[in-house]
Amino acid sequence: MKSSVIIFPGSNCDRDMDVALKKFGFKNQMVWHNDAEIPKSDLIVLPGGFSYGDYLRCGSIAGKSRIIKSVIDFANSGGLVLGICNGFQILTETGLLPGILQQNKYLNFICKNVFVKIKNKENKYFKNIKKEVLELHIAHNEGNYFCSNDELQSIEDNGQIAVTYCDDKGNDDENNNPNGAIKNIAGIFNKNKNILGMMPHPERMIDPFLSGEDGSLIFENLIGSM
Amino acid sequence: MKVKVIVTLKNGVLDPQGKAIQQTLNGMTFDNVSEVRQGKYFDIELNENDEGKAKSQVEDMCKKLLANLVIENYKIL
Repeated sequence: MKSSVIIFPGSNCDRDMDVALKKFGFKNQMVWHNDAEIPKSDLIVLPGGFSYGDYLRCGSIAGKSRIIKSVIDFANSGGLVLGICNGFQILTETGLLPGILQQNKYLNFICKNVFVKIKNKENKYFKNIKKEVLELHIAHNEGNYFCSNDELQSIEDNGQIAVTYCDDKGNDDENNNPNGAIKNIAGIFNKNKNILGMMPHPERMIDPFLSGEDGSLIFENLIGSM
Repeated sequence: MKVKVIVTLKNGVLDPQGKAIQQTLNGMTFDNVSEVRQGKYFDIELNENDEGKAKSQVEDMCKKLLANLVIENYKIL
């Protein structure tokens, strides 16, 4: 299985993602934002970081970069596109995912482990994961997911909520909301579930000695379901 | 010619920076400040002499990049 990780000026989780993808068997290639086309891939990943210094709005400039047209074409033809953190912000700015990620409610940069609840397993990202709650890492200043009420209704009706912030028991209520995100949303799909954007970093949870291995479950499942 | 644009958050959209500024102003004895909403201002210099054309181009820029219409409104001055 081939994957491509796009590097924007200011991306900083690109190499962690490369390590994670290779560890679970992907043949990964790094692709520069100014390239015209993406080499043949089964999965495209937009990594975390601060593309273009977060100028204007997080992800807005990357969302208009040269490579993005190929990402949009690939996504619209059903290809798997995963956006982590800044990658999620880029996906909302391109319009591939609805809504936007605003500044955290209490204006603080949050860097800590959190629990997230998987809300929909009928997709290639979470299909065979047995756990309901995963421990993952977040590190962001703009992770406060927001969309209009109509959009929220449509996201819920179409099962597009992917993961929500919760406690270790899976309670995804307001007490377990780190950044003010509407409905505790930590990640969403597009309607067809081939595009996933999420704030937590699974690539930081693949080592039993350094972190934990709940991120591994996502990569193992991805490669197994392709 | 020069075109000026102001981008503001829509009503009802949380503005934590505006809130923090308001609270700071209140703490500085400006205690009659009841709300602050923070926005963005752009000065755009275009090589275009026709005002109508320039403004319609800037309108396009606002929709495609300068503002995110999920949470923001724009105003061309």
